[in-house]
Amino acid sequence: MNAASAAALDQPGLDVEAIRRGFPVLAQIVHGKPLCYLDNAASSQRPQCVIDAVSDYYETTHANVHRGVHALSQRATDLFEGAREKLRGFVNARSVRELVFVRGTTEAINLVAQSYARPRLGPGDEILVSRLEHHANIVPWQMVCQQTGALLRAIPMTRRGEVDFEAFLSLLSERTRLLALTHVSNALGTIVPVQRYIAEARRRGIPVLLDGAQAAPHLAVDVQALDCDFYCFSGHKMCGPTGIGVLYGREELLAAMPPWQGGGDMILAVSFERTVYNDLPYKFEAGTPHIAGAIGLGAAVDYLQELGLDRIATAEHDLLEYATARLSSIAGLEIIGTAPEKAAVLSFTLEGIHPHDLGTILDSEGIAIRAGHHCAMPVMEFYGVPATARASFAFYNTRTEVDRLVGAIGLAREMLG
Amino acid sequence: MDLNDLYRDVIVDHNRHPRNFRPMPEADRRAEGFNPLCGDRLTLYVKLDGDRISDVSFQGSGCAISVASASLLTESVKGKLVADAERLFSAVHAMLTKDDAPADPAALGKLAALSGVRAFPARVKCASLCWHTLDAALHRQTEPVRTE
Repeated sequence: MNAASAAALDQPGLDVEAIRRGFPVLAQIVHGKPLCYLDNAASSQRPQCVIDAVSDYYETTHANVHRGVHALSQRATDLFEGAREKLRGFVNARSVRELVFVRGTTEAINLVAQSYARPRLGPGDEILVSRLEHHANIVPWQMVCQQTGALLRAIPMTRRGEVDFEAFLSLLSERTRLLALTHVSNALGTIVPVQRYIAEARRRGIPVLLDGAQAAPHLAVDVQALDCDFYCFSGHKMCGPTGIGVLYGREELLAAMPPWQGGGDMILAVSFERTVYNDLPYKFEAGTPHIAGAIGLGAAVDYLQELGLDRIATAEHDLLEYATARLSSIAGLEIIGTAPEKAAVLSFTLEGIHPHDLGTILDSEGIAIRAGHHCAMPVMEFYGVPATARASFAFYNTRTEVDRLVGAIGLAREMLG
Repeated sequence: MDLNDLYRDVIVDHNRHPRNFRPMPEADRRAEGFNPLCGDRLTLYVKLDGDRISDVSFQGSGCAISVASASLLTESVKGKLVADAERLFSAVHAMLTKDDAPADPAALGKLAALSGVRAFPARVKCASLCWHTLDAALHRQTEPVRTE
């Protein structure tokens, strides 16, 4: 029995100690202290079963996919396409034709910007994003606006770190061609009530892309229930390998889109006169894909589903509430982002201590947090801060680790306060 | 990894009470330093009397290392010949980046307090930003300086 299934027997909560034993990286000493990894919004860690899936593939199976008649190529193809089916189930897409493997959320958004949006946009058309977005959901749209003369509009945010729904309604116009919205804010943890936004957009025939990089590891995602047109997420934030991610796209939209990159695997027939493109989703997967990454991501999906996305969300919410209460009691500490619905992300500032000094001091205690602008400079600008410290939790974190964070903040106070 | 070697008393003191922390409307030279990834930002002002730095000041915001480093810089180069300030820049740069740099406490004076930064590679850019900004000011460089 692996750690995940052992933990799953322990209803209703998660057996965090059993889970932690399945993550070899967590059992290490950093600067003389046990590692306390609170930088999960940047990248999560991987359980042994994901590491094994990747190394087993390389040790026993590797060959190129979709083109060999030999045994290894067939087995590699089966594993690769099996992973696609797992991902389909993970987000409840109708068909594997709607699941495109990409490098990550960033590439998924760029693909949609260049293949879906660019041919449809003209001068004066508008793309709507929110002020909460990660740079990856801003810059690709700025680029396509420069290419087409379209305009990028940003929905304002509220002081609590929510997207301003009323402002969103007033920004919708006859010229709005796409809404690109984050599902969960990476900088603040805000869970955006995306269904309200999708309903309004769809009523007006405006397609919706969701940036799910922070949501996929922490919430159960159902693209049919959400009724979005595109959903983008990354493997490395959900216990999978780096360099692999998924673009979900509604089939009729993907079918109408031209390929983004050309090359092998995305074609059926090539001559110098004419090339026939392959079917979905291969039309968007030029070149040899990240086979091991997809297989590792499939293993991560198995792992997360065995634990249960709902139980993961519950465990992380418990950590968030505990950490919020503990950090709120520290004088001079201000939590940035106080939306009522949040994923387990705590962004904060500490009076008189710069986030980078705090990051260095916490690191000396073995505690890994992020200090900086979190690739969301418009959010930092909104709050008038150059940077924040950010502790972000996963289901394998513990209340003891929250206590260590609080203690180390006290140490920073003694040193620099 | 010894935090006390990074945040020495001198550093903490200069962060809490930065010296020469003021604008200088009559400055002959000024330059901007900005590290966008971490947000450290400063403006350095220099007044020259021939080849001599007669006054130097700064403004800005950033981490303790960047603020203390800029504060120490102003104390160290005020009154110095430009050529001597540039030699000091080289010595500081070596202290921050080279493991085998012969630390010359006499030459570096209070700046030796920054030698602990070398053990924290991610923070070297914080300490060196003001020095590169001074160099830019002395060379009439108009582009903002960054060290990350």
